[in-house]
Amino acid sequence: MYINGVEIEDTFAEAFKMRAARLIITAANEKWALTAAQVATGFATSVIACGAEAGIEGTISANETPDGRPGVSILVFTMGPKAMEDQLMRRVGQCIMTCPTTACFNGLESEEKLKIGGSLRYFGDGFQISKLIGGRRFWRIPVMESEFLVEESFGIKKAIGGGNFLILGESQQATLEAAERAVEAMREVRGVVMPFPGGIVRSGSKTTSRYKFLRASTNTAYCPTIRRQTESALPEGVNSVLEIVIDGLNEWAIREAMRVGIRAACRPGVVRISAGNYGGTLGQYQFHLREVVG
Amino acid sequence: MGCISCAGLMKEDELAESVVTLRLREPTTIPIEADSICPDNFANRSRGEIEALPVFYGRRKMKLGELFEVEGEKSDTIILQGDLRQVKKIGQRMTRGRITVQGDVGMHLGAYMRGGEIVVEGNAGDWAGAHMQGGRIWIRGNAGHLLGAAYRGEKRGVNRGVIVVEGNAGREVGAQMRRGLIVVLGDVGEFAGAKMIAGTILVSGRLGARAGAGMKRGTIVALADHDELLPTFRYECRYQPVFLRYYLLRLREWGMTVGDEYVNGFYRRYHGDITALGKGELLIYDQR
Repeated sequence: MYINGVEIEDTFAEAFKMRAARLIITAANEKWALTAAQVATGFATSVIACGAEAGIEGTISANETPDGRPGVSILVFTMGPKAMEDQLMRRVGQCIMTCPTTACFNGLESEEKLKIGGSLRYFGDGFQISKLIGGRRFWRIPVMESEFLVEESFGIKKAIGGGNFLILGESQQATLEAAERAVEAMREVRGVVMPFPGGIVRSGSKTTSRYKFLRASTNTAYCPTIRRQTESALPEGVNSVLEIVIDGLNEWAIREAMRVGIRAACRPGVVRISAGNYGGTLGQYQFHLREVVG
Repeated sequence: MGCISCAGLMKEDELAESVVTLRLREPTTIPIEADSICPDNFANRSRGEIEALPVFYGRRKMKLGELFEVEGEKSDTIILQGDLRQVKKIGQRMTRGRITVQGDVGMHLGAYMRGGEIVVEGNAGDWAGAHMQGGRIWIRGNAGHLLGAAYRGEKRGVNRGVIVVEGNAGREVGAQMRRGLIVVLGDVGEFAGAKMIAGTILVSGRLGARAGAGMKRGTIVALADHDELLPTFRYECRYQPVFLRYYLLRLREWGMTVGDEYVNGFYRRYHGDITALGKGELLIYDQR
């Protein structure tokens, strides 16, 4: 199968179950809402070492946010509820509460909830104020700047992490341009984030290592500089590979993001689109590339 | 009238198809205690069974059907017609459904209610929403004294729920309230939020004297004029409370017209009452 002369390999991306939370961050203006969102989703590329995978889902206009100020929606993914509670406490407490003018609202309706504002409130040292309206409880925490408003509980739900595809290009520049186009298109899809820098991974990994102390190591089959020293998966003419990893709230969102991303990446200088998998042994979900792009 | 106006809550097409209509047979000066007029009681009862429900006419126990003409059956949507100023306790302890009062209504409307909605197209008597625990009361006219207050001798009053009064309200609005929201678009009398434990009272008209007397926690918001504040409230700062934006935008969603100047505006914050716990607050809109 070819799209614009780019081969779509007959393979699949393997993804697995995660838990997701959606936070709506608002601030006096978009600059500060985005600043808080960027900091709160920082160092959250891979659960392997970061504890969470997170990214900005999109900006929200002032007339759509709970408090009528400019907002940003972020998604946070972890392997389970306990890790999520820990991550949200850290990220809301250290990155959002500290950021001027912000407030933080739950953006995911769910039966399963984690008490975040309800725990952060103690920062108020006894001067915190609870407000309950429409079944939603908020905490007003006095801070030096004025007040930090945070919702007591945040909904979490089962989600999917690790959707991905690989862009195999003739040059570093062509591959990067294709990946950038792909991410740009994928950011239009709601319910997904691409948690790596700029949405792109250059150092994809495999789940084995020759070193006992290491759980993952570089994806040797896709490293062009060692293609003759290893069992390479690279066809001739490929000199650079970039990966796009997708975490999503549901299968549909990941499929849609992959579809628009792959189609956007199929441009001159790209040889093949592939995907990372573990032979179907690790993840509960499989996204077959040819099926996804339709 | 205050700074917030209302575009109208109830639309005819929102009414359920099946309704029970009660029409008071003749005006009376004798109080009628009608806590049996409650959607929970009507939902599964036939017309005959509804007519047989007990009410007190003065001290005399009578059947509902003797005082009211009843139309419809088995519905948790009730429409009340006639001069109901002497009819008390309508919707008491209701948990569901809707009551529409097409006129004025007597005391204790929706006391202890836990859910559902009451809409009064006229005025309501004293103690409306006393000890309310959920649901919504919407009074298009004026409310009497002790709106959403605790009964004498009780420690805590309203605990959840929303009361909206489009007109004025009397004294001791929200006295000893524990949670919930009371919005008065007109003026309120003295002692609003007296001995308040928590919750929010928002006054769009003039806030009467001695507001928040003895309050421990909770919030009283004044969007317009106010009588002299108690000396036991201390000024803290002038700021833009984000939580209030959230509240005012919810009022907009409920059909009220709230100007951007109040949503985006500055408020002077006073804390008190320092003769009690002192963690309550008065937020006074500051149009400077």
